[in-house]
Amino acid sequence: MGAAHTRGLYRPGSGPVYALPAHVKIVAVVAFVFAVVATPATAFPAFALHAGLILIAVRAARLPAGFVLRRLTVELPFVAFALALPFFAAGERIVVYGLTLSEPGLVAAWNILAKGTLGVAAAVVLAATTRPYALLEGLQRLRVPSIMVQIATFMLRYADLLTDDLRRMRIARESRAFTARHLGHARIVAAGAGSLFIRGYERGERVHLAMLSRGYTGTLPDTGTVPATRRDWLFAAALPLLGALIAAGALLGAA
Amino acid sequence: MHAPDGFIDGPTSLAMGAVAAAGLAVCVRGARAELDERAAPRAGLAAAFVFAAQMINFPVAGGTSGHLLGGTLAAILVGPYTGALCVAVVLIVQALLFADGGLTALGTNITTMALITTLVGYPLFRQLLRVLPRTRGGAAVGAFIAALVSVPCSALAFVAVYAVGGTAPIPIGTFLTAMGAVHVLIGIGEGVITALTVSAVLAVRPDLVYGVRDRLPVPELRIRPAPAPGHGEG
Repeated sequence: MGAAHTRGLYRPGSGPVYALPAHVKIVAVVAFVFAVVATPATAFPAFALHAGLILIAVRAARLPAGFVLRRLTVELPFVAFALALPFFAAGERIVVYGLTLSEPGLVAAWNILAKGTLGVAAAVVLAATTRPYALLEGLQRLRVPSIMVQIATFMLRYADLLTDDLRRMRIARESRAFTARHLGHARIVAAGAGSLFIRGYERGERVHLAMLSRGYTGTLPDTGTVPATRRDWLFAAALPLLGALIAAGALLGAA
Repeated sequence: MHAPDGFIDGPTSLAMGAVAAAGLAVCVRGARAELDERAAPRAGLAAAFVFAAQMINFPVAGGTSGHLLGGTLAAILVGPYTGALCVAVVLIVQALLFADGGLTALGTNITTMALITTLVGYPLFRQLLRVLPRTRGGAAVGAFIAALVSVPCSALAFVAVYAVGGTAPIPIGTFLTAMGAVHVLIGIGEGVITALTVSAVLAVRPDLVYGVRDRLPVPELRIRPAPAPGHGEG
């Protein structure tokens, strides 16, 4: 897995979505996902419209469909849970193709699948079109406390080093013909985790001292975040506003 | 247990977002006392450690595996406030950079996995240290119990959120039993890994373990005579 970690899902590219400042995109995507979550589960056409919005966003971001689809697999554990719902949930039973299923369970399964999928797809567009460090600077602009943004920045910078350390320890163990097979082997694996923590922490101490000696005062310098213009906000607002309209329409239609 | 979008309804997700924000604000204040203001690199490395440690999978039962949540471990190693911040940061980064865990569910996920685990695990660990022997083994037993208890508590908190704003009509009793049972098993794994990791760190750098600072005697520096010359020189 190695270096892929700190890049997140970022996919180098260009275009109007890439050009938007990170904090504008974060606000737009979070607001859109809330609109999706607020849509009543039985308003099926509304979900088609939401999906249409996401497709437009994917096209505008010039992301390949296969890339987005592959990333949707992240929610697979919950797909399994959702598929089990019609069998376990309470409520009226209906017979579908010879299976006795709970009707509210079916609706709930659809609800989780549809909203979860749309949520992941929206988050993929955000993560694929925004550099990881730009995302963190976006958080800072959104008034997330500086200490949290700094922790996230250092975490991102060193996560690869630490996971590589972990991988090297595993290779070292396996080259001595050891593989963890049951919980009794946890002592060996945990000893690795312990030394990983010590190595990481000592590295943190060295980095901290090196930074202090270069004049670090507790804040990271702003490396040129782009302020958002009115146009940026208007362009990005299209997604959540249309999403909210769809949700509002569905709510009114359901009432 | 990274809940996706759509699992919890909108109003409850918003409310949980507010709860998480308030909890994190408390942690930011508390972390200032634990770290000195400029020690963000060290906290960042601790977060990177939690991130990496979450990739350590351990077998649970019947071919399924669990991974470390790391809340109690982080709290014992770097302090409860900083530990909770580290786990929260990991969750935020996973949601924003990896689309792992729903954005609307972030408040719920942070509350159950970062705040509840440290809120339960750390005070319990400190209380246990009072009655356990002041040794490395005692600290390991305390860490085991604290981590073991923290995981089902986190699951219970999730069930509570679910009872308020869940979207699927599962009887709460059934859900509670299922979540509880699975998470006791995961908790055992979490406890074993937490205890062994704390013990391994204590063996080498006891000064780095925040949670036992004032409880375990610091081993004194011993000076050993140099081995007799004559080997491998020249």
